[in-house]
Amino acid sequence: MLLGTIVYAVINSVILALTAIGFNLTFGISGVANFAYGAFYILAAFATWILMNSLGLPYLLSAVLSILFSAFLGAVMYRVVLLRVRGQVLSEVIATFGIGLAILELFRYLGFVGIEYSLPVFIDESFLIGGVYVDMQRILIVLCSVALIILLWVFIHHTSMGLAFRGIAQDERTALTFGMDADWIATLSVSLGAGLAAIAATIIVPLGTISVGQGYDVLLNALAVSIIGGLGSTGGVIVASFLVGFAQRFTDSYIGSHWTLIVSLVAILLVLVIKPSGLYGKQKELEERI
Amino acid sequence: MQKRKERVDRGIKARSEDVFAISSWREMLYLSGPRLLPVAGFIVLPLILGIYWQKVLLSVAVFALLAISWDMLAQSSMVSLGQALFFGMGAYCSGIMNHYWGVPPLISIPIAAVAGAVICTILLLPVLRLRGVYFSMVTLIIPLMLERIIEATKIFGGTEGLSGLDPFPSRWVELYVVLAALLAALFGFRRLMTSDYGLVLRAINDNDRSVMNAGINIYWFKAQALFISSAIGAFAGAFMTHVYMFVGMPVFALDYSILPIAAAIVGGPGSMAGATLGAFILVPLSEVLRGAGGLRIVFYGMLLVVFIVALPEGIFHFVQRKYHQFERWVAVE
Repeated sequence: MLLGTIVYAVINSVILALTAIGFNLTFGISGVANFAYGAFYILAAFATWILMNSLGLPYLLSAVLSILFSAFLGAVMYRVVLLRVRGQVLSEVIATFGIGLAILELFRYLGFVGIEYSLPVFIDESFLIGGVYVDMQRILIVLCSVALIILLWVFIHHTSMGLAFRGIAQDERTALTFGMDADWIATLSVSLGAGLAAIAATIIVPLGTISVGQGYDVLLNALAVSIIGGLGSTGGVIVASFLVGFAQRFTDSYIGSHWTLIVSLVAILLVLVIKPSGLYGKQKELEERI
Repeated sequence: MQKRKERVDRGIKARSEDVFAISSWREMLYLSGPRLLPVAGFIVLPLILGIYWQKVLLSVAVFALLAISWDMLAQSSMVSLGQALFFGMGAYCSGIMNHYWGVPPLISIPIAAVAGAVICTILLLPVLRLRGVYFSMVTLIIPLMLERIIEATKIFGGTEGLSGLDPFPSRWVELYVVLAALLAALFGFRRLMTSDYGLVLRAINDNDRSVMNAGINIYWFKAQALFISSAIGAFAGAFMTHVYMFVGMPVFALDYSILPIAAAIVGGPGSMAGATLGAFILVPLSEVLRGAGGLRIVFYGMLLVVFIVALPEGIFHFVQRKYHQFERWVAVE
């Protein structure tokens, strides 16, 4: 029982981290809080479904296409809308919120509701780990997430593009004097965030069905984890998702499933009271916490 | 030859700015017209509208109150994405008082407005120490989570909600109560934001550090602004509870968060009149679009984006400028 709970808690935590990392990365680099994040997640899931079922493409190809499409849409959103209100936090938040809402509710209006909207699992097998059955998809999620996070770390720390990302994140004006195009980097960061949302969607969605409501859930989870971990800190996101993931799974097993949401709400409020910039929000502490 | 657009104050504006405003009826009308128009409108409209459009006017007033509450918060540097929190708190407070203890509506509404505001302020108190998008994020999260929590723990009627609450004595009472509240909020908060107190709040929005430098405790002021604003929201919620005679999970729905923001942005952020004007445009529009169903929220979302990008000043400020100034093309030297 305990071992099984721990196994599922780890998986839950990894899923949380995977859904939150794109949102957090975008915010960390360019300071854009992408409230359309959940919408990109759902968009990618439905795009994959449409490509598979209407055009008959294989799963891998349609997943890659929808990830690229989502990343492209993120870039378009930045160039067309966000660039014009750049630096005005209020307007950025409302604009992305409006876009996300429009995308999600459009899917609902078009009738994308029902059990038939689901993606196939990669490999239909399950294993016995620590006395509980874990299906292959969940193991793949963990493996993919670890690979993705390592890949991102290498990209951010060992490429010139990653250096530019970090430069813009640290001090935009100084980065400008070194000839980095802040707008272009910010475009890439929003696009990268949207792409990561799409990757998360194509890996996680096969566990259940695609529903519009999930878009809001994903955004809520991403926000909760980012707030607890500290906005803009990737390490913080991972630690926070393990905290929240374990707390949720353990309350689910030992107290009752309807207390899980209360746990994350209480966690957010507690962290905000004790350490307002989040667990690892050190770099921005002076800025955010007046 | 290059030309540029020049904006010049109208003569009548210059004349009516000072004591010369009383020089003629025309000047006096110029000044008082825009202020008397909503007052007269609110008194006359219920008398000439049919029952269906009276209900629409009712929800216009409720959404205008929520938009005013949003705008007041936004002017004090707190951008909320969850007006539904205030609305829902007020609604549940009033509903619980009426359902379990049998408190009549006219008493339970004011108490619920204050009680709901106190709860919201305490819930959001930890966020006040942060600035930027934190407040927006937390306000977006809380109502959606409360909705799930009520659904899961089945407190206060759970998914069924509490029904069979007491209605108002008559529809005239309910209509004029909410219109009076709207007028009081509109003019009262406009006055408040231009007073010294409002100056501090607006200064926190412009530059919080310099306000701290002036020796003012900005957290105390932000908490007060939050209390005032959530009291309006909670009032709207408590009022609506007794109109529907029902309170349940829908009070935390996204509609009550997104429509007030849309109204304030479309009408003109930074002014209470703009928020009211926005509600007066959007709510009847959404009644007309009722057939479109779920497409309405898509429409609001797009409207937000278009106005934020293309007309960030909003309709009210645009009209105000046309009212006070005229434009002409002049040659660039």
